[in-house]
Amino acid sequence: MDQGTLSERKKTTLRISLFVACYNDTLFPETGKSVVRLLERLGHQVEFPFEQTCCGQMHYNTGYQPEAMPLLRRFVEVFQDSDAVCIPSSSCVAMVRDHYVKMAEAAGDFALRRDVEVLLPRVFELTELLVDQLGVEDVGAYYPHRVTYHASCHSLRSLHLGNRPMRLLRKVRGIELVELEELEQCCGFGGTFAVKNGEVSAAMLADKLRCVTATRAEVVTAVDNSCLMHIFGGLHRQGAGIKAVHLAEILASTEEGAS
Amino acid sequence: MSVRVGEAARAPSFQKAAHTLLKDDQLRNNVRHATDVITHKRAGVVAEQHDWQQMRTTASAIKAHTLRYLDEYLAQFEATCTAAGGHVHWAADADEANRIIVELIQKHGGREVIKVKTMTSDEIGLNSVLEASGIHPHETDLADMIIQLGHDHPSHIVVPALHKNRRQVREIFMRAMGLKELGDKPEDLTEAARRYLREKFLKVKIGFSGANYLIAETGGVCVVESEGNARMCLTLPDVLITLAGIEKVIPTFGDLEVFLQLLPRSATGERMNPYNSLWTGVHTDEGPKEFHVVLLDNGRTRILADRESRETLHCIRCGACLNTCPVYRQTGGHAYGSIYAGPIGAILTPQLFDMEHSQSLPYASSLCGACYEVCPVKINIPEVLIHLRGRVVREQQSGASLEAIGMKAMARVFTSRRRFEAAQRLGRIGQWPFVSDGWIRHLPGMLGNWTAVRDLQPMPSQTFRNWWREREKENHDA
Repeated sequence: MDQGTLSERKKTTLRISLFVACYNDTLFPETGKSVVRLLERLGHQVEFPFEQTCCGQMHYNTGYQPEAMPLLRRFVEVFQDSDAVCIPSSSCVAMVRDHYVKMAEAAGDFALRRDVEVLLPRVFELTELLVDQLGVEDVGAYYPHRVTYHASCHSLRSLHLGNRPMRLLRKVRGIELVELEELEQCCGFGGTFAVKNGEVSAAMLADKLRCVTATRAEVVTAVDNSCLMHIFGGLHRQGAGIKAVHLAEILASTEEGAS
Repeated sequence: MSVRVGEAARAPSFQKAAHTLLKDDQLRNNVRHATDVITHKRAGVVAEQHDWQQMRTTASAIKAHTLRYLDEYLAQFEATCTAAGGHVHWAADADEANRIIVELIQKHGGREVIKVKTMTSDEIGLNSVLEASGIHPHETDLADMIIQLGHDHPSHIVVPALHKNRRQVREIFMRAMGLKELGDKPEDLTEAARRYLREKFLKVKIGFSGANYLIAETGGVCVVESEGNARMCLTLPDVLITLAGIEKVIPTFGDLEVFLQLLPRSATGERMNPYNSLWTGVHTDEGPKEFHVVLLDNGRTRILADRESRETLHCIRCGACLNTCPVYRQTGGHAYGSIYAGPIGAILTPQLFDMEHSQSLPYASSLCGACYEVCPVKINIPEVLIHLRGRVVREQQSGASLEAIGMKAMARVFTSRRRFEAAQRLGRIGQWPFVSDGWIRHLPGMLGNWTAVRDLQPMPSQTFRNWWREREKENHDA
């Protein structure tokens, strides 16, 4: 977009490019489908560029920074002509927003850095896109379940999403929201941390699971499937009977869909 | 140059140390309780300071400026301190610092020394060097004394005995002081410590301290504390020796305004430290007759040379990052195998060590960012951790690990849509031996660390992109 913010144009139809994230694509396709249904229901046009793969977060954070460079280039190439890029994963958004400029600079590629800087203001996490850019909180969802919300570390301390996810959840019809104790504590996932420091990660997860089960919720939700994969994996092992569902899937649910 | 960080050279990896510590429920309860109390107090006194964020920015800017002109400020400190009657010594590494300190003590015929507030002396392994030279060091900070009498190691940079509770401290005191009876109320324990320490304060003629700040403008040195024991240690002996890392210098006396507000609120949740000792050189009528400052490099200039990680040297040792860190809160400080524990230790120790012995430390973090959020001098610890991970990977490249091979293969997969989609298909086929009742419960190798306590959802039959493809086709056909 050349001029004006997205919010100024929120009444018009937007062409939104979905970066679904490699692990959602492969492991959690329901999240991607929900984003598509939700945005289309709100009257926007969604496109999915097939050339997309991964933002490079896992490589970058684990110390394989040179391996992440081609993935940065790929992301920029695939999305540089998009009006808006929607990513239903706050850690991927954090990767793009916090590291891409620095990486391009470190590579000495100033043309790439400029491309990144031009693209960045159009890259949004799902709840940022909905609340800030599209100006909606009531997305017309219906979800008759007892739900607790887990704030992922990147959503809190990198994206500073604040109460955006809760504002969206509060407008969902039929939902019963229960507050999670120790909301700001990491669940212990941390990407390769969960494998490299499996035991410490497990101890952190145990604390998180105690808080989640104490809510007696049916569903735990978040804006990152990575945390949810970790939390759900632990809940399932314990036989806790609590499901993990990405926020997009709750927001995409409707009365018609439920009946 | 031989850089040393206490006993860290012989320390096991973080993972191994954590494995043992995670089984120590008493220790974990103590750590959890203490860090909960401090973080709660900190949050309260930080919230009441309306310009907290501006103060953090200012402190960070002062530190960045000082490091930019470190050579000049250190030379200025040497000149002003000397003019005030102090003696300044320069030590390139641990061995040189230890040699200087032992020679100074021996010159005065000292057989004992009272010590306070000096983590840096642990960094250079001073106590064992002193003992080997026939000099007995007495730790006089209450927590350091508990550690010394209990033949233990510090587990926190502000509250070194945080992993011990009152009953355990009582046992240590009874054993070490030869007491037949002792209560475990705080008053009982401090009374015992007071009686034990007063005797040392009055008897020992050589004092040894660390420093919170060295003031280039005045040549002054500042130590802050809660107990008053440092005040005793700094004023009663005839000779005072202070050991300080070169990053402890600040330009002016006025800069203390910021740091004396940030440090106590971050460290102990107090508005002000109960004791703020500031001294400049020597004076004829009071205090030590002779004052020495040993300025220690021990790897610091090497950190300074690295643009990506030099902010590590901003650290004012408040310990806020330890208290808030979800990893530290599980394991306590001993897992970090160094006097510097927690997130700051995870970036400082491997850099002081030139990564030789501490390659596990940059990975001892989930990168949750809580440390950066509380840091009063805005050290972006997660960014530095990632930078150091890059260094670990580069240095391990010669022996290509299984991890490196896997990561590189995956990176190659991600650089092509065709390969990515092929990998998705392969994964779906490859996972089937591990799937039962719709879940994966056991995985081989490193991935077994995941399935030790967590199940894993298998890949569903259709990827998102194939769903999209199908939908496009339907739309097209319709």
